[in-house]
Amino acid sequence: MPRLIRMDGSGHSTLAEWTTEDQTAFDHAVGEFREQLEAGYIGVHDHGEGHATQVRELPREAELVIMRRPIAGG
Amino acid sequence: MAAEAGASAAPGIRAPALAELGQVPWRTPTDERFLRRYGRIWQCWTVAYTLPFLVAGVGLVALEPLSFPVALASLAHAWIVPELYAYRGASVVREKGPRNRGGEQVAQGLLGDLLDHDARALQRSTGLAMERSGMGVWLVGEGGALLFPPGGRRAHGFCVGTSDRELPPSDRVAHLLLALRTDEGGFATVANHVFAGAPWRVRRRLPGPMRPALDAARKVARRTPPSR
Repeated sequence: MPRLIRMDGSGHSTLAEWTTEDQTAFDHAVGEFREQLEAGYIGVHDHGEGHATQVRELPREAELVIMRRPIAGG
Repeated sequence: MAAEAGASAAPGIRAPALAELGQVPWRTPTDERFLRRYGRIWQCWTVAYTLPFLVAGVGLVALEPLSFPVALASLAHAWIVPELYAYRGASVVREKGPRNRGGEQVAQGLLGDLLDHDARALQRSTGLAMERSGMGVWLVGEGGALLFPPGGRRAHGFCVGTSDRELPPSDRVAHLLLALRTDEGGFATVANHVFAGAPWRVRRRLPGPMRPALDAARKVARRTPPSR
């Protein structure tokens, strides 16, 4: 089942889960996703096999979307 | 359809872009060519600051054997300064400061899901995540990454981390790994490039449990012939 998770102090929190058929669940996930973007998180669609894409809108077909904090040179 | 900030990092697809690049618009984008040039500059720089101390040390003894204490100090400088740079290079992947261990088990599970079997086993035993990519083989730690370009004859140290201090160690690694997978060149550009030099110099300064990760990364990098 596709999941939206956020990496945080607890390890990670599952913010939403949806299926391609369940529009209500997906709409809820979209709302959560936008809320996290506004809070400064960055959405990453992990494709597996070493590939990932930064996303600004929640892809319905994604299996896993991870919200991460920005990085900076230390 | 998803509005994607960049395409996948998969070969043949248009170049991706890391969001954080906007924070460093003045930086030259890092690519293989940039790294080769940077590596040569570091090599010249290492010779430039080591050679005078060596020459002074040997010259002093040749001119006046009684000056050997000063000569020894000069030779010590020739040894210490490159060691300090190597220490700086190794420090990018060392554990740093107080860390939130509370959520580590959950974070470790997520990081494990992002890695393949071999990389997962290596990360669990060494704390470093190995990632093969276009520029070479990366070892990603909590606060930075080491890169071994094809050929494995040089190591580059990049200092970079997440702004959230509350994250458990494995989440910090996962942050960097995801950014690296999104845009390798952007990742290397955003990070502070703090070292370039021989991998054996970095290895000596790494904590013992991390050394197998460096050996594994070098082994993989060696299998890829260096580009000209």
